[in-house]
Amino acid sequence: MDKIPILRMGNFLLVTIQVDLYDRIALDLEADLVQMVNKTGSKGVLIDISAVSIVDSFMGRIIGNIASMSKILDAETVVVGMQPAVAITLVELGLPLKGVYTALDVEKGMNLLRSMIVSDFGNDDETEDDDFIP
Amino acid sequence: MISVTMTKPKTMILSLSKDTVQVYREQDVVLLRNRVREVAVKIKMGLVNQTKLITAASELLRNMLRYGGGGTCLIEVVTRGRDNGVRLTFQDKGPGIPDLEAAMRDGFSTGKSLGLGLPGAKRLCNEFDLKSKPGEGTTVMILKWANG
Amino acid sequence: MNNQLSDDGLREDLISNEDLRSQSEELVSSLVANLSNDDLVNLEADSWNPVIEILGGIAITRARQGFSPRETGRFVHTLKEALVEVLQREITDPKELVKESLKVNRVMDNLSIVTFETFIKGREEVILRQTDEIAEISTPVIRVWDGILALPIIGTLDSSRTQVVMENLLQEIVATGSSIAILDISGVPAVDSLVAQHLIKTVAATRLMGAECIISGIRPEIAQTVVHLGIDLSNIITKSSLASALAHALKVLRLEVRKINPNINNNNR
Repeated sequence: MDKIPILRMGNFLLVTIQVDLYDRIALDLEADLVQMVNKTGSKGVLIDISAVSIVDSFMGRIIGNIASMSKILDAETVVVGMQPAVAITLVELGLPLKGVYTALDVEKGMNLLRSMIVSDFGNDDETEDDDFIP
Repeated sequence: MISVTMTKPKTMILSLSKDTVQVYREQDVVLLRNRVREVAVKIKMGLVNQTKLITAASELLRNMLRYGGGGTCLIEVVTRGRDNGVRLTFQDKGPGIPDLEAAMRDGFSTGKSLGLGLPGAKRLCNEFDLKSKPGEGTTVMILKWANG
Repeated sequence: MNNQLSDDGLREDLISNEDLRSQSEELVSSLVANLSNDDLVNLEADSWNPVIEILGGIAITRARQGFSPRETGRFVHTLKEALVEVLQREITDPKELVKESLKVNRVMDNLSIVTFETFIKGREEVILRQTDEIAEISTPVIRVWDGILALPIIGTLDSSRTQVVMENLLQEIVATGSSIAILDISGVPAVDSLVAQHLIKTVAATRLMGAECIISGIRPEIAQTVVHLGIDLSNIITKSSLASALAHALKVLRLEVRKINPNINNNNR
């Protein structure tokens, strides 16, 4: 019974995909991740695909799902470490990958998440001011 | 001035090797990917072309498993003189595709998928052929030359 | 040999007389050694193979050395002429002479074709090699600054070249950890919808890698063509010159270029 491990990196969650995602394992990943985001109140999810040499539309859909689910729970998703051949193939395949941010590696990915969270807090302050009407 | 009309001779594509793989379980997907990669590497296909070929194969495989109830994949090394290539033929005895035109449209899906499988596979490869009759199953052929 | 030496087309610059003599001798001795009377009629016989090999070798080397096709063909013709001369000298019976001459003719014509085919093959190899070289050298990826790459694209952009460009660019992005790539297209003569597609794909692939792409070097005519063709470049950053693209990139990376104030240096002295 293999599951994909989800690691905690400070305020973020890191998922490193090293095996082929097929139905059961993918659904398990979605469920586990959503649970973890909720439990930890994490603001960011990093999906490391540096070991993945083939990304087909199925995997694209799973990644898109994870991004959407996390967003609902107020977490952003960043995909890191995409291999050049995979990027070129995905563009040709026409995979949209909406709402998914990308970064070159885990470090850059975390920087990106941090910058997104800071701007979130900035916006929150403004809206609070607007909403406060005595 | 003499004008000469030349008709391009149809170059014959010859099959150099054949290998059939049965695909009925999800685990077979990994097996097939590895076999295809092995063959592609043998004919010195570059990494990007390999990735495109295997991704296309992956799309068609999932289709075959999900809608066709599984089937066979014939892996061939083909040649047309100077170029070598890999030709994959997927065959299933499933319900078939009722509307081929719709199936080849981006985003069209009868399931929950993104609907990119068939048109995507076509974009990724040099040659693509789809034959399907409701009740008679589906046959999909893709071919990728080593030099793209 | 005399026939060859007296021929106007003698290329003394490309091949010395000694080499010419040795090549001719090799061919003739191979002919003599390998053929019986039957083989002269049967042009498909295996015993022709050594002759064809030698002839093929001569043709390919000549192709590579830059001989013209006519010059290489003449090599076989001079042999034919020499043979016919010999036959005329040795056979007195006219009917016999015609029969043997026809045989020689057929043989020599076949060898001519072999020469032609191998010559063409030799040239094609040169062309293929040059095509590869051109693809290699015409897409350099330049590190203009820490984290900024520049790609001057020169020449036409077709789908196979685009794949090479994308591969080189993305690999460099990984190798250098760069976050911005500037694609300069001032060297691309024409941008039609296909070329625009290739550029858009390259930008999309760069974004998937977590980097950003700026397209620079857009001539006014190209801007016009793009709008007329209805190509949508609205979500791509475009600049007219590499310099402005670089300025933008530095701003994005929060870097600043400042003039060093000379007064401060004077004070320190």
